[in-house]
Amino acid sequence: MMNCREAVKLMSEEMDHDLSGGRRWSLRLHLLICLGCRNYRRQLSFLRQACRHEVAVDDTPPPLPPPN
Amino acid sequence: MTPDARGRADPGPSPAAASRTLPAAAAGIAAEMAGFQREMLRFAVLQLRDQASAEDAVQEAMLAALQGADRFAERAKLKTWVFSILRNKIVDIIRRRVREPSYQAPETEIDDADFDPLFSANGHWHSDSRPADWGDPEKSFENQRFWAIFDGCLNRLPAATARVFMMREMLGLETDEICTELSMSSNNCWVVLHRARMGLRMCLDQQWFNAGKQTR
Repeated sequence: MMNCREAVKLMSEEMDHDLSGGRRWSLRLHLLICLGCRNYRRQLSFLRQACRHEVAVDDTPPPLPPPN
Repeated sequence: MTPDARGRADPGPSPAAASRTLPAAAAGIAAEMAGFQREMLRFAVLQLRDQASAEDAVQEAMLAALQGADRFAERAKLKTWVFSILRNKIVDIIRRRVREPSYQAPETEIDDADFDPLFSANGHWHSDSRPADWGDPEKSFENQRFWAIFDGCLNRLPAATARVFMMREMLGLETDEICTELSMSSNNCWVVLHRARMGLRMCLDQQWFNAGKQTR
């Protein structure tokens, strides 16, 4: 079973490239049982939103794929 | 950093001065750009961590915008357009810096062991470091103090780590492009981005979201 330390690394990676099926699946399983990591994932998404906000850009593509 | 890259001998004509010799369309654009010039400067300083290069980048972006004024019809998007020019100028400056001997690679700046205190031996969050709900964090966008803290947290990241993060999140480059520009492997790029996000999240958590309910 994936632990939180591995999960946070994968949650960052999924913001930069598509995860392979197996890793995506392990992450989804982990998120089902881990509230702390679910919070972390939302917070990463918020960081991206805040950065886009700083750039004053209103026509960038949506920052994150929809949650799994 | 060579003297050339940050040389300030000739700052060039100011956009306001240039507007006196430009057609009406450009004069209008110059006036409008003056309204968000400070925002551009703040953005550039954040990226470059150097006032002089940031001022150069902003001046160059504004002049480029004036020169292209006749090609620009859709005034509503002026700010977006000028910021995209500024982003390109900043990427150019970063490109030059990477080739300088003083350039430091980002991989060495943060050690994974720095995050050891957050996790127990089996890799799960310690109870006091487990991420708590930030509620409705977007509300903070309206708060000037939030942005001061956000910038402060970005500035606390090690310089090269912050550069990779901002190239990704603010300059909007894909990781492939960043890897190429900085001669890093994809994997190192992802690791650096992960560390930057960990650091920035932790800083915001401590300085803003959990700094006491009264600051929300």
